[in-house]
Amino acid sequence: MAEIIDMPKLSDTMSVGTLIKWNVKEGQTVAFGDILGEVETDKATMELSCTVPGTILKIYAPGGSQLPVGAPICAIGKSGEIAPDPAAPAPKAAATSTPPIAESTGVACVPPAPAATSSGASAPRTSSDERVKASPYAKRMAEKAALNIAALSGTGPGGRILGRDVNAAAQAPAAAPVAVAPAGPLNVTVPAPADGKGIQPDADIPVGGMRQTIARRLLESKVTVPHFYLEVEVDAAPLLAMRESLNKRLAETGGADAVKLSVNDFILKGSAEALRRVPAVNASWAGTSIRAHGAVHLSFGVALEDGLVTPVIRDAQAKSLKEIAVEAKGLISKARAKKLTPNEMSGSTFTVTNLGMYGVTGFYGIINVPNAAILSVGATIKKPVVDASDRIVIGQRMVIGLSGDHRVVDGATAAQFLQALKLVLEDPTLMLI
Amino acid sequence: MPVITYREALRAAMREELQRDEKVVLMGEEVAQFNGAYKVTEGLLKEFGPKRVVDTPISEAGFIGLGIGASMLGIRPVMELMFWSFSYVAFDQIVNNAGNIRYMSGGLINCPIVIRGPANGGTNVGATHSHTPEAILASHPGIKVVCPATPYDAKGLMKAAIRDNDPVYVMENTILYNDKGEVPDEDYIVPLGVADVKRTGEDLTIVAHGRAVITSLKAAEILEKEHGVSVEVVDLRSIRPLDEATVLQSVRKTHRVLLVEENKPFCGVDAQVAYLIQSKAFDELDAPIHRVSSIDAPQIYCKRLEDQQLPNAQRVVAEALKVLA
Repeated sequence: MAEIIDMPKLSDTMSVGTLIKWNVKEGQTVAFGDILGEVETDKATMELSCTVPGTILKIYAPGGSQLPVGAPICAIGKSGEIAPDPAAPAPKAAATSTPPIAESTGVACVPPAPAATSSGASAPRTSSDERVKASPYAKRMAEKAALNIAALSGTGPGGRILGRDVNAAAQAPAAAPVAVAPAGPLNVTVPAPADGKGIQPDADIPVGGMRQTIARRLLESKVTVPHFYLEVEVDAAPLLAMRESLNKRLAETGGADAVKLSVNDFILKGSAEALRRVPAVNASWAGTSIRAHGAVHLSFGVALEDGLVTPVIRDAQAKSLKEIAVEAKGLISKARAKKLTPNEMSGSTFTVTNLGMYGVTGFYGIINVPNAAILSVGATIKKPVVDASDRIVIGQRMVIGLSGDHRVVDGATAAQFLQALKLVLEDPTLMLI
Repeated sequence: MPVITYREALRAAMREELQRDEKVVLMGEEVAQFNGAYKVTEGLLKEFGPKRVVDTPISEAGFIGLGIGASMLGIRPVMELMFWSFSYVAFDQIVNNAGNIRYMSGGLINCPIVIRGPANGGTNVGATHSHTPEAILASHPGIKVVCPATPYDAKGLMKAAIRDNDPVYVMENTILYNDKGEVPDEDYIVPLGVADVKRTGEDLTIVAHGRAVITSLKAAEILEKEHGVSVEVVDLRSIRPLDEATVLQSVRKTHRVLLVEENKPFCGVDAQVAYLIQSKAFDELDAPIHRVSSIDAPQIYCKRLEDQQLPNAQRVVAEALKVLA
């Protein structure tokens, strides 16, 4: 009996995948575990391994096609068997496909529980029912109207969101919850360059899965999460001194494989320690409750040529500075090779971004839903400061911004967190205990 | 257009078909000399003679088997069961023989038989005389089942049944026999497998068949007058073949569904219809599908209790309001 292989769902947020290439041909015999081809998800390029041994009877979707999750891509069966007709829609050409409609806000993204051996920063709480109760019809209407159904309130039995609730929201644009994705292509009209050349050719550049995910998730965050912003300036001199001395020692003892600690590694470790001191920031808005997370799963931004990914260091609260440095380095090189697995990019509880290496002195990131906050780290710059004995001296200063989700944390809580972070960064020996 | 009773409409269908095709014969207990236990065949013996309208012994297994054999040889018998409840003693003939012969002969032998008679509760005749076997019979491939609710449909479906080359079982209703409605004099048929929207509405779809259609139309009136609800009533007419398209079209319009039938609920026709709707129109549903059926017990002999056992307008209204919550 032939089996149809569907486009697999390879990440939490994946709704379409691009079949980059096939490694097999029709008629070829495949065994369990063989790599059939490669699929680009919204986050990474992944190998498609064979789960059904047999003969490739039919390839429904050629290399390069973009397909929704669940769409048939090939059929495997006995040699000579007739390939079944797939019932699902035909693949769309990559360039003409519409962006995936955003699902509900990130409240459904549940970070994994802390590893058994770790001592969590706070006990995980069981949240109340976080599933959005909505009729199938209401869900379909919301999808059509590009409304975030999780933001609607239901008037049906038990608070179920009904068609009429979506209708009401769609017809009252002022009061309506924001649309989380444009319904279709936007009409962008800009005059062509007067000299006929300009700095680059006018063009519509097709966007891949990663860019669409960035667009969708960040828009969703910025329009559904009430951001507020705090900033603190940190004396980075002790940190830089400690980094220099540690790196020197590590180089002496480690030889060619020596670990080299980056400033960012210190920020990551410091964030984990600060979250231990102010665990209220290590939480997520869950619709009707706040979910506290026991584990610190630290996500950090890695810029790529065509976008950005945020790999996750799990259980950072239980890891040493060196362990974090090694893991971060591994994740960065995997990110650049686009080999991160969905698991390595999901379930974060807090995010750190850093533009210091570009000389940016301060900024505020958009919250990585369902995190309650994102830390934005600027460059360390030398500047005059007034020291403890009121003298003007040369200081090494680093500006750190925090964007917070006001539903989860208030200004004072976020300020306490920054205070704790400042304490740890300015006295980095605290990271050792 | 003449206004006649459901009974007269059935009789007109049979008379017209007896006239049109000499192979059509009527058989059953007391269909000839007594003019039919419910007078549906009244006058037909006189008009067509004892070779076309034939009294049979009180032996359903025997005379249904006789009809099936005759149909296999080219006769088009219309067999009356005094009650469809009595079909159970001829189950092997009705299901095994009639339902399978075309398949098992590789399409060489047809079985163009019609079996008709009342199949309803609500007449205080007790548990063994009140069965509604449309769901049981329709679950067998090879068998067609229709349940006319109005005089117009009774005539049109009966004529379509007689002309069909497969076994078609017509479930009538003694309570409807005296209902009147407009029925054309001329020849027409209501095709098998075509449902009918008996009332159009916006807020709720009620799917029903047989007398439950009449009950649902009454309930729809009440819902409109007293609750301001616009109800669409879809009459299945044919249980098998089932007109999926008309049902789904109405669901896509109203997004809420109540299913009403006089069957017992367990494995009833509406269990299948509910499956159909959730399977093919899941994204159209704004509320769970509800059902009103006969209360799940052997048919109650006490008249007042039996009146409550069957779906009535009050029960349909109450359940409709739940779907509309």
